[in-house]
Amino acid sequence: MRTMVLWCPDWSVTAGLLERAESQNAPIEPVETRAAAAVLAANKVVVCNATAREEGVRRGQRRRDAQARCPELVLLAANPDRDHRWFEPVLTAVEEVRPGVAPLRPGLLAVPAPGRYFARRGVDGEAAAAAVLAEHLVGVGVWDCRFGAADDLYTAERAARQAEPQECVAVPRGESAAFLRGLPVQALADDGPEGAELADLLRRLGLRLLGDFAALSGVSVSNRFGAYGTDVWRRVRGEQVTRLTTRTPPPELACEVSFEPPLEDAEAVTFSVRTTAERFIAGLADRQLVATGVRIEVGFEAHDSGGGAEGVTGRTWLHPRCFTSRDLIDRVHWQLRAQLPTSGLRSRKSAPIDAPVTRVRFVPDVVEPAGDHAEGLWGGGAEEQVVRGVARVQAMIGYDAVQVPVLQGGRSAADRQALVPWGERHQGLRPLDRPWPGRIPGPAPSRVFSDPLVAEVVDEAGVVVAVTARGGVTGEPWRLLAEATRYRIASWAGPWPVDEGWWLELGRGVDAADRQSRAARFQMVGVDGRAWLLRWSSGLGWQVEAAYE
Amino acid sequence: MFDHGRVSVRPLEIDPDHDVLEHLRGRISALQGGPTRLSVPTLPLFEGLVQLRTGGVYGVDSAGLAMALAAGASRGGEWIGFAGWSDFGAEAAHQHGIDLSRTVLVPAPGEHWLEVTAALIDVLTVVVLRPPGGAGVDAKSASILEARLRARSAVLLVHGDWPRCETRLVTEQAEWVGVDAGRGRLCKQRLRLLASGGGRPPTRSRIVMGEPA
Repeated sequence: MRTMVLWCPDWSVTAGLLERAESQNAPIEPVETRAAAAVLAANKVVVCNATAREEGVRRGQRRRDAQARCPELVLLAANPDRDHRWFEPVLTAVEEVRPGVAPLRPGLLAVPAPGRYFARRGVDGEAAAAAVLAEHLVGVGVWDCRFGAADDLYTAERAARQAEPQECVAVPRGESAAFLRGLPVQALADDGPEGAELADLLRRLGLRLLGDFAALSGVSVSNRFGAYGTDVWRRVRGEQVTRLTTRTPPPELACEVSFEPPLEDAEAVTFSVRTTAERFIAGLADRQLVATGVRIEVGFEAHDSGGGAEGVTGRTWLHPRCFTSRDLIDRVHWQLRAQLPTSGLRSRKSAPIDAPVTRVRFVPDVVEPAGDHAEGLWGGGAEEQVVRGVARVQAMIGYDAVQVPVLQGGRSAADRQALVPWGERHQGLRPLDRPWPGRIPGPAPSRVFSDPLVAEVVDEAGVVVAVTARGGVTGEPWRLLAEATRYRIASWAGPWPVDEGWWLELGRGVDAADRQSRAARFQMVGVDGRAWLLRWSSGLGWQVEAAYE
Repeated sequence: MFDHGRVSVRPLEIDPDHDVLEHLRGRISALQGGPTRLSVPTLPLFEGLVQLRTGGVYGVDSAGLAMALAAGASRGGEWIGFAGWSDFGAEAAHQHGIDLSRTVLVPAPGEHWLEVTAALIDVLTVVVLRPPGGAGVDAKSASILEARLRARSAVLLVHGDWPRCETRLVTEQAEWVGVDAGRGRLCKQRLRLLASGGGRPPTRSRIVMGEPA
């Protein structure tokens, strides 16, 4: 069986650059204009791309040397997972054209050669097939792909490494051994450190071509060059042929339902996705999986009947435990409802959504083994009841109106807590176990205002109290005006200078004018036994951040 | 033997050691099969002052007291909820002993506070409500919720005004310890509380709150 190998040179660099482009939301640049880049592990260059090689960067160089040769070198950390992850779309793209793909390693895959169906007059069938594949791959963003075709896998890989970008080197039928014999021994260096060592040794022994190596006797090769040497020797003589082991395409877990004619009512959509949601959950359960993150895509028909482009909205929902079909239906409902400006008891009104829904698709985003999420032997009876009751409240006043308070690290009272919508997983919380210098120790305030209240603190003479540059107060706090009420201050503590957040970028948290200014915190106790946490800043004046009750 | 559906009516036996009226009341409630009023765990802090029982409405006048009263049930493994608390201090709740992972918070139920509270009462053991300001709570809404409380064996704590409370905790005097003219920081709060209602004479008690355990 003829085999075709697809090789993407320097795949680690390509994958690293693709990921970098994705994280920066930049368009993917074609290979010709790409910047010099290298993947480093343990401070040494593992892989570099052609641009970097032109500048003199080599495999095994130290980072300092590589940067000295090429100062604008983009440095990427080695990450085998990333290489695998980014190779998956390439596998899928090839699979669309030719099933039976065998991934060898990231950047290298083999397919049974599609052969004679593509043959044209004057063009070899395999070259034509390679051209079709190359065109398809450029479509998904892979410019540098090279093809080789031969009777066996080993020769096809060697042939692919001889090819020019987007070209195919086809070794004619029965001529694999002859092709291999004509290669220089340096070709073995592509096999890894073992190959590089053997190639170096053969070169020093005066063997220039693999054919010279094949001419040695089998006994002396196995004596002198070990298992790897014997393996290469047998391949070059054409005695050992590797067959393809193709992969089974990953199972399709996503489920979709289309509506014909499109549905104009959220209730109708919610009702109609029930069986699809159940099928989706059952499909996962058949493979002993549960979904903890699901992406729901809703396809809309264009507004005018003139046949404009269809719209698709998608949103990823995370579940604190795992999704059941009922949860999925709720999420569809919320997602459809979220686009509505209506308020009030939403579930009781059946308002039409702004565009008819043509299809709903569930895509598993995060799946985990079902064993990790099994219910306890005695079940979670009470909790189940709570989940249903809260879902009813969510249906009444909106999905994000029910929240779960969580603690997080921070300095001000408002920073030290977060409210997470019920049914979502909390993400990106600041760790609690850090020292957080500047936070107020002792009992925490029972009322924390997310928007601080404007206040005023005056001394006995009625002059607004401020904090001096040396961290002292200009007068004894005497009276506090907050929420349109005057309170007489019995005792107070502070000022504790606020020295936080200036290292954050502008536009986050406090505004720029406040960040430049001096600030301090106070605790004040009124004569009636109330206590407040106040913040003074030279820009914004006095604010009540929290109250102790 | 344990068939409560049919209680045989025996001739009245009067135990001379017990109050006749009390005895009759007990028999009536047993015959009616009404839910008995279970006691909900309350922090030892409130011993002798107030004991939460299912089906009751309890009024408090400060956020810290409401959290401390609800904390006993949360420590006992029950789910609790807060409705109408737009300024919920999560860290203070945690310090009072409330398990935040079994806490549901509806910060702003808005005009639907009655429906939301009723839905929460259906599934949670203790619901802490801050009724909307302004018009106050009318007796009709209050009686709807009270009926729901009895049917569902839940407790409603109200931070604010309520027409009829079983027991109302009022802070007569509050004092913060630890700050003095610029020095120190808030350490603990000494409170003198007055518990009134529930057909009992008003009780006074002094408690100390805010010492993190």
